[in-house]
Formats: sequence, structure tokens, C-alpha cells
Amino acid sequence: MNEVTVFIMGKGYRVPAGLTIMKAMEYAGYRLTRGCGCRGGYCGACATVYRLKGDYKLYGDLACQTTVQDGMYIAQLPFTPAERPAYRLEELQARGETLLALFPELARCVACNTCTKACPQKLEVMDAVQAALRGDIPGVADLTFDCVSCGLCTMRCPAEISHHHVWQLARRLNGAYLTPRAPHVAQRVEEVRAGKFKGELDRLVAMPKEGLVAAYKARDIEP
Amino acid sequence: MKTIAYFPGCALKDQARADETGTLGALARLGYEIREIPRWNCCGTVFSLVQDDLMRHVGPVRNLLRVQAMEEEKVLTLCAMCYGTLARSAHFVEDPERLRRINAFLDPDAYQGGVEVIHLLTLLRDEVGYERLAAETRRPLNGLRVAPYYGCVLLRPRPFAVDDPDSPAAMERVVEALGGTAVPFPERTECCGTHLTVTRKDVVEERVGRILRSARGGGADALVVTCPLCHFNLEERRPAGTPDLPVLYLGQLLAWAMGEDDPGVASLVGRAAVSSEAVR
Amino acid sequence: MASELRLSRAGLEAPFARRVEELSGENPYACYQCGKCSAGCPFADHMDALPNQVLRLVQLGDESALSLSAPWVCASCHACGVRCPKGVDIARTMEALRVLALRKGITPAPVRPDRPYPQIALIGAYRKLTP
Repeated sequence: MNEVTVFIMGKGYRVPAGLTIMKAMEYAGYRLTRGCGCRGGYCGACATVYRLKGDYKLYGDLACQTTVQDGMYIAQLPFTPAERPAYRLEELQARGETLLALFPELARCVACNTCTKACPQKLEVMDAVQAALRGDIPGVADLTFDCVSCGLCTMRCPAEISHHHVWQLARRLNGAYLTPRAPHVAQRVEEVRAGKFKGELDRLVAMPKEGLVAAYKARDIEP
Repeated sequence: MKTIAYFPGCALKDQARADETGTLGALARLGYEIREIPRWNCCGTVFSLVQDDLMRHVGPVRNLLRVQAMEEEKVLTLCAMCYGTLARSAHFVEDPERLRRINAFLDPDAYQGGVEVIHLLTLLRDEVGYERLAAETRRPLNGLRVAPYYGCVLLRPRPFAVDDPDSPAAMERVVEALGGTAVPFPERTECCGTHLTVTRKDVVEERVGRILRSARGGGADALVVTCPLCHFNLEERRPAGTPDLPVLYLGQLLAWAMGEDDPGVASLVGRAAVSSEAVR
Repeated sequence: MASELRLSRAGLEAPFARRVEELSGENPYACYQCGKCSAGCPFADHMDALPNQVLRLVQLGDESALSLSAPWVCASCHACGVRCPKGVDIARTMEALRVLALRKGITPAPVRPDRPYPQIALIGAYRKLTP
């Protein structure tokens, strides 16, 4: 078997080549209860930092998406402490100053671009910080659409910004106040309120388990 | 049309948006095609004054790098603080060793040096010229008594002064060219208190009170400024009993004189005219 | 009766003074205490030590300069520097003191914006007043 040596929290292990960092850790005997979620690159729970032999750079990536390399030094970052002030979306206004009012530390950005280099999603993170700083909410929402909230940028930021919470607020403001309304959604909500689906739902709720399973299997599936 | 690279800065894209629209309109009338720098970042607003804080210069130099990528040699700022930080950073990296260390952060790109940073005031003085300004004026200020307030960064420190730090004249000449009467006053080069407005309101109020009383003492109907933060402080940090002088951004005054239609400027000029009647 | 005055070069090589010089790039010993900086400082009324007095403490290698409020009231307007007959840009000395204090964990009141501010105000405040 083709094997490589990796160092997990400083201890060396021989693991099969081609495994992801997450699988390599499990192969080495770790049981992951934190820092592990969807295993598909979407949930952002498995932020990991590593260095490679002979390379000064500190890399950040998702453990479930990154293949092990020989001589990799690995540490998990299962959680990123980050302050998120309490707010009620319905009491906020979609104005530039809203982001700065809740996250004034955005003003500490020195445009060093470390966040962008740390992002496993290859987002232009610094551009998003700059957009937030100048109050461009749709710009932030657009630039951070693919953020998985892994927290790697937040851990490396010399300005100590809690990026993913800012992005979430910007996307919420954008969604709630700035994107055009879709008329068919409102229409469907009205239909639901008027009881259009009540009979069908009542029938499903009253159904015994076997019937429910049979109905599930017989459901229409889009081609 | 003459093209020029343009660095707007954060304030002009948010709270001071009114300062930007009229100014750019007026510059278009004067034959400038404004090219906003793509993906610009904050200039840092204050220049780091210690020797070992290279990180603080990365942001401004990155903007110069983007000007270089546009193949422009000059970049225009409308905000005095942006001018100060960018011009001083451009000078800071004339030292090859510092440039090398900062370029290590800008990897894979590299700034070569040599971009010149100018402010609206120097553009009007050195490139447009007072005569042309006067000739292009469509809505003259009719002798409105305007007091130019320079504040700090356009005049200090000395190597980056756009005019004589002790006795500047450029803004007075612009006001006169636009048909106004320039009112020099003793506090015109004294600091408004800048960022202390966030933590030491008391200090800034004392400064603003002095500046406005000094301008009114000289008989001014309005104040003209070159910086959105001076503008904010002079409007928002007035202690009780301060003379009610309207404050205009230089570009707004220009926009008005060049015939741009901006309701915000119209109301400010109107306020100045009313205050002028009240004095006489 | 005149009291005895002892003069010594010892204080002149104080590591603190050298560190401030190194950080600021300004020679504190160039100052001959004429006071022009303090006379022209728009913020002097709000300072617990005048700019020339701050510089004097630095000359003496006296680290109590780090606990003064004066450097935090200094707005870096450079009015002192353009007036100094010896070419000392005292705004730089003040910045070195702020930076040294911040690096030692001595901070002024925290920056807590109480209303919307133009970005330039916030960025300036954070850069000058927080570590």
C-alpha cells in the first residue's frame, strides 16, 4: 500500500496516500465528535491548518476536502470564537452604517489580504471586508455567497474581525430588504394561508408508518 | 477628454456621497474622464508614524499597485485624508528595501513605484488653472463670502504640503475664480480634532467652536473644506452658541459654480446667502 | 541657599529614550526646550503635559511618559513639527509613545462608537488608539 507520513497535533502516523485529512485522522484512530459535519465541503465545521515540509506558508483548508501529503503537519480548528452582537433583523435598516454600527472593528482592517489567502473557498475575503467598510451590502452579500463560515480568515485576521458574522448579517439585510421580491412566492404563501394544502397535509399526518413509507417510495421524482 | 485614475475612499461612497456626485459632474464638464480604480481598498486614513509598522502601508501601496495596473501615472483623491495617506505611502516606498518588504505581501504582483498622488485642490490649481475655472463658471458665487478651511493633511507635514503650510493661498484663489470673496481667517490651518471625535467629543467641540468663531469673525458666510472628516466635525460637533455657518465641500462649491444641479448644494448655498443677508 | 545640582550623562543613554528614537525616527536630544511646539499645539489645553515636557521626559529616559494622557490627545496634526526650529517632528515621538504603550498593554479608554461616524473617523480612532 502506498503510504505517507503525516503529523497530527505533532505526532507522526503512517496513513494511506489519497485519503482526505479527515479520513486520515480517523484511520490514525481519532474519533471526531467536533470539527466534523457534512463531509462534503458545505458545512465548514472541519477547518484545518497545516504546513508542508520545507514550506514557510501556513495553509488553511477543510479537512474533508483536502488530500494528505507526505510530511504534512496538521492541526484542527473545530471552532472559532467570534463575537456576534444580538440584533433583530426587523429593527435594522439596510444602510451602509448598519454593518459598521454592529461590527465597528471592520474599521481596523489594514488591507493585508491575509484573509483572502486563508480562505478554502477561494473567496475575495478582503474585498468583502472593504465593501462592508464602505457600506456596500449587496457587494458583501455577493462576494460572500459561497462562505461556509469555517472561521479560518477570522483566526488569521490581524484586525480581529469576525468575518462570517458580518457576512451573515449582510446577506440577511440583502435578502430581507434589497433583493427584488418574487411575486410567485407571496402568491404561494397566500395559498398556504388560505388552506389549499390543508386536506393533503391532514391526510399525511393521519397516515400509519407503513402507508407513509409506501407513499414516499411511490412519490413523483423529477427526471 | 483627459483620463485620470480616481481613488474615492470609503466616506465618499457612504455618508459623504453628496460630496462625490457633484464633484465628478463638474470635473466631467471640465473635460476629465474619471476612471475609478477597480477593487480599491481603504487607504488607512492615518499614516503610521513609526518605523517598524510596515503592515499599515500595505493597504495604501496596494491601491498604488492598482493605479499602476491601469497604466495611469497619477491618481486623484477628493478626500484630504486619502491624499495624505496615499501620498506619504508613495513616498515611503521610494526606499527600495521598504518596497521589497511590502511587495512580499502583494505577491504575486509588485508595485514599481512612481505613481503620483494628487488632491482635487491641486488638480484645480495646477492642471485646470484659475483662469479656466473662471472662464467655465456658469453660476458665479456673486461675491458670497467663503472662508477656506485647510485643516492639516494638505499642509503638514511639510514635505507633503500642497501649498505654503504657514500661508496657503490655493483655495482662496479657487473661491475667487468661482466668483466668491475669499475670507482668510486665523484658524484656517488649525486641526479640527479629526478622529478624536469618536473618543474625545469635548476636545473636538472646543476646536470646532474656535474655528467657526474665527471664520465668522472674519465675516464669512460659509466655510469650504477639503476633507469629509473636517466636514463632519464642523457640522456635528458645534458647541452651543456657535455661529450657524454652512459648511461646503470644495467639490460642492465647484459643482454649484459649474452649473451642476444638486439640491443639497443648492440648499447650502441658499443657507449661506441667508446668513450673508443676516450679517449685512 | 542654592541646592546642589548633579549633572550626569547617564540618563542620556537611557534605553527608553533610544527606543523612542528608534521607533519615531526623531532624535529627542535635538530638542532644546524652546516651547514653540507647545505654544502652537491646538490640543495643549487638554494635555496633562505639554509637548515639550513630554519630549523632556523622553530625554531623561523617564518611562512615566507612557502613562500620560498627552499622547492620546495628540491628533497627529503636525503643527508642532512644522514649527520646530530643530526639525523634530514631535507628532512622530507622540506616535512612538502611543505604540510603545499599546504594545505594553497600556491603553486609553476603549473605542466604543456611540453613533454612526464617517469611516475615516472610525478607522483613524482604531488605528491610533487600539493595539
